[in-house]
Amino acid sequence: MHERSDLMNFLFGKLSLEAIPYHEPILVWTFVVAAVIGLGVFGWVTRAGKWTYLWNDWFCSIDHKKIGVMYIILGLVMLLRGFADAIMMRAQQAVAFGDSMGYLPPHHYDQIFTAHGVIMIFFVAMPFVTGLMNYVVPLQIGARDVAFPVLNNFSFWMTTAGAVLVMISLFIGEFAKTGWLAYPPLSGIAYSPDVGVDYYIWALQIAGVGTLLSGVNLLATIVKMRAPGMTLMKMPVFTWTALCTNVLIVAAFPVLTAVLVLLSLDRYVDTNFFTNDFGGNPMMYVNLIWIWGHPEVYILILPVFGVFSEIVSTYSGKRLFGYASMVYATVVITILSYLVWLHHFFTMGSGASVNSFFGITTMIISIPTGAKIFNWLFTMYRGRIRFEVPMLWTVGFMITFVVGGMTGVLLAVPPADFVLHNSLFLIAHFHNVIIGGVVFGVFAGITYWFPKVTGFKLDPFWGKMSFWFWFVGFWFAFTPLYVLGLMGVTRRMSHFDDPSLQIWFQIAAFGAVLIAIGIASFLIQLVVSIKNRDKLRDTSGDPWNGRTLEWSTSSPPPDYNFAFTPVVHEQDAWFDMKKRGYKRPESGFIAIHMPKGTPAGIILAGISLVSGFAFIWHIWWLAGLSFFALVAGAIYHTFNYNRDFYIPAEQVVKTEDERTRALAQQV
Amino acid sequence: MSARMLRALLTVPLIALLSGCDWVVMKPFGDVAIQQRDLIVVSTILMLLIVVPVMFLTLFFAWRYRESNKDAKYDPEWHHSTGLELVIWSAPLLIIIALGAITWIATHTLDPYRPLDRIDAARAIPADVKPLKVQVVALDWKWLFIYPDYGIATVNEMAAPVDVPIEFSITASSVMNSFFVPALAGQIYAMPAMQTKLHAVINKAGDYEGFSANYSGHGFSHMRFRFLGTSGDDFDAWVAKVKAEGGKLDRADYQVLEKPSEREPVRYYANAEPQLFDAVLNLCVDPNKMCMRDMMAIDAEGGMGLEGIYNLSRLSYDKPRMRGLAQLPSTRDYVTALCAVDTASQQTASLSAPSYGSAARRLAP
Repeated sequence: MHERSDLMNFLFGKLSLEAIPYHEPILVWTFVVAAVIGLGVFGWVTRAGKWTYLWNDWFCSIDHKKIGVMYIILGLVMLLRGFADAIMMRAQQAVAFGDSMGYLPPHHYDQIFTAHGVIMIFFVAMPFVTGLMNYVVPLQIGARDVAFPVLNNFSFWMTTAGAVLVMISLFIGEFAKTGWLAYPPLSGIAYSPDVGVDYYIWALQIAGVGTLLSGVNLLATIVKMRAPGMTLMKMPVFTWTALCTNVLIVAAFPVLTAVLVLLSLDRYVDTNFFTNDFGGNPMMYVNLIWIWGHPEVYILILPVFGVFSEIVSTYSGKRLFGYASMVYATVVITILSYLVWLHHFFTMGSGASVNSFFGITTMIISIPTGAKIFNWLFTMYRGRIRFEVPMLWTVGFMITFVVGGMTGVLLAVPPADFVLHNSLFLIAHFHNVIIGGVVFGVFAGITYWFPKVTGFKLDPFWGKMSFWFWFVGFWFAFTPLYVLGLMGVTRRMSHFDDPSLQIWFQIAAFGAVLIAIGIASFLIQLVVSIKNRDKLRDTSGDPWNGRTLEWSTSSPPPDYNFAFTPVVHEQDAWFDMKKRGYKRPESGFIAIHMPKGTPAGIILAGISLVSGFAFIWHIWWLAGLSFFALVAGAIYHTFNYNRDFYIPAEQVVKTEDERTRALAQQV
Repeated sequence: MSARMLRALLTVPLIALLSGCDWVVMKPFGDVAIQQRDLIVVSTILMLLIVVPVMFLTLFFAWRYRESNKDAKYDPEWHHSTGLELVIWSAPLLIIIALGAITWIATHTLDPYRPLDRIDAARAIPADVKPLKVQVVALDWKWLFIYPDYGIATVNEMAAPVDVPIEFSITASSVMNSFFVPALAGQIYAMPAMQTKLHAVINKAGDYEGFSANYSGHGFSHMRFRFLGTSGDDFDAWVAKVKAEGGKLDRADYQVLEKPSEREPVRYYANAEPQLFDAVLNLCVDPNKMCMRDMMAIDAEGGMGLEGIYNLSRLSYDKPRMRGLAQLPSTRDYVTALCAVDTASQQTASLSAPSYGSAARRLAP
């Protein structure tokens, strides 16, 4: 490193031209492709003259439905990035044997597996489930929006800002080389002096604010805004799981924030919370991060359990079996998820009693989870099952997930964990539950609610293609990892000496290719469906003969969701209304009070992004300035009293009349 | 699907299971690992009791109650059955009670901190066999093994006589690693400034692989070592070879050795400084550093007040070894330690090297 003037150091902190990885062809090409796609999208929107529309009707929108859709789009975009990482790892491990070092040197490979984990959890799975909850929950409980609509917009943009920061790390500087949980002392300043861990910290902190606030928001929404008559035990199961998930978010994410603050203090101001020397204790970090981390996996899986419950009951044409036990199972899982964190590090040397306590609590979680599986099973029993695409995902999930559950319980037996911990068996296990559970559930959910969002169904052929390639690809990609784990092969290796292992990695790589085709099929499905939207059109608003309130509105629902707040008498409120011959009101509409869109969210999140970037590169003047602007901007926004907005009665009448005509045409 | 195809399909997992004989976790050679393997098998069978019926029922119900099958009973309002609910909660509960009991017992008997009480399923530990003590230090990115009773040390290769209990004391120099020899026993973390323990025994002579199972940075993939299970005679010969071929390993040598390096060849040291492991553990191999032990003693006495600040440079451990950057300039130095390294005990330390070879056995009463 050559010397720079003090002025340059002041202006740019640690940032210099050397931070641009122009000597790495893979990254240069990634940049070129990303830039071409980016410019293409930019040009396309500009040519269509849609920037104002995009800004007013989407970016600044506080409509929970649009925010939900934006979350899903964010999840999809980041899925492509996270999957690119996955396929690079699979390719590296398939070739890096003996003399061949593969095409990724350790310092690049180590960033990739870290980024893969971080992206898939925080910027794929989280946006997906948050997006589904955002879109569906208010509709299911008969509300017009979430409790704090502006906050909702802000939450989304904070999550996006975190994702953008991770993406920036690709082209400016580097990402963490620590694994997705950044255990110290490796992630401490002494052993990771570069900016990678700082990118990790600030991306998660910024996105974490978004997640926490959206948790508060949805919690308040579910608790306070249910339609009259919808008592807790009449809530749809998806809303129940969303409620429990958001309880988990609100209780768990502050722990993540706190532990990352402590790590930042270690890195920035030389404190010694997690260092080796001066009485620091890295074990404390491992405990704290898993006290967040274990509930986190339930944050991902619980809403998906809710999705499957809705789908199984709808496509079986039958009421959900054991609603009450489903609810209790969800609540039990919520509570137990706080009592198991230590099973992630049985090998850290806790005593036998501590280890067995946490092992047994972990096993106990499998009881309510098992009950859920049985409930879905007996919902299918004596049903009349329509094998639409969401139902395929559900059956695929049930078959796949029980295997993941089983290996999970196996890993909960401490002495068994001693030989399987950190092995590829573990990797296979958690992909088994996260792909087989969360990903399958998200695709099921997207396919299920797509006609509600757009007014037309997704093309079933490409949906089935996507399912089968994902399903078969999953087993091809991860069965070899189970086997390799039993051969004692450990995770995060960028090179192997033993050539007899290679065949298993090649099979796994083949599986990853199948999954890639599955993802491609999904994208094709979107394009084909949009092209054939007239053929796939649904004017009823209830294409699947649904059971919950979201299917009582038009597709897409009007901005205000419900012209009149529905009154709930039974579980499966909409099914009950249909059964009792519910007549849609066709007159008597009044103006509807709605909150007004605002650019506050995107602006504040943008400032946070700048602030995070400045902190990462030690550009103190910018960090200070942007942090001040963030606080000042937030305070300034609180003085904006111009937040109300009335949808005039004529507008409501017009919208509802259109719906009346559409429904009349259908009959 | 024809019956033949079905049979072929069923034999595939069987073949996989059979070929599994080469999978080291499933076919280990140390008593502890063998018990851990048995635990995996038992737990899996126990869980399959419920998993297999569930998978079967899922496929069966999905097929039986498909929309096109108008023969199947359709009962859209059926959603509750107390009897069935009882079954679906109690069946997993019973299995978990059984598994929980097994877990509690196995976790205690296979606790890595607990000294062994048997060599294998059939044999208890003979009264005259002294356990072999091995001190393990995970370095960047190689393994240092110190045999305190023999005064020798090795890098990336260790040996242990068959059927002799081994007592590992494990630590690390910079970041967290995990000490794992799949053929021998389960892993345990190796953490800087901390000591973990592992008790194990190898039952069959052979050349096994050991490695770090916890990612530790750039050279992690090649942080591997040989674990030689040997007969008693071969072990004595191995010790003699280390003594013959090796040089010394004192504090200065260690400080060179611990610098990050990858794919280190096997190294032998005939003379390892006796207090080395203790010094590594206390972050004071560098004689200019103050030992953690001493710092903790001072702190336990209530600390030194403001004067304690002068200790900072002597306690600093992580920063001076910062990866990828030049060494930080040293700061002012103050004499502070309560007690210096115990050189007297070092000089008088006598080695009590047990011999596991046939010669020793003949001598034994």
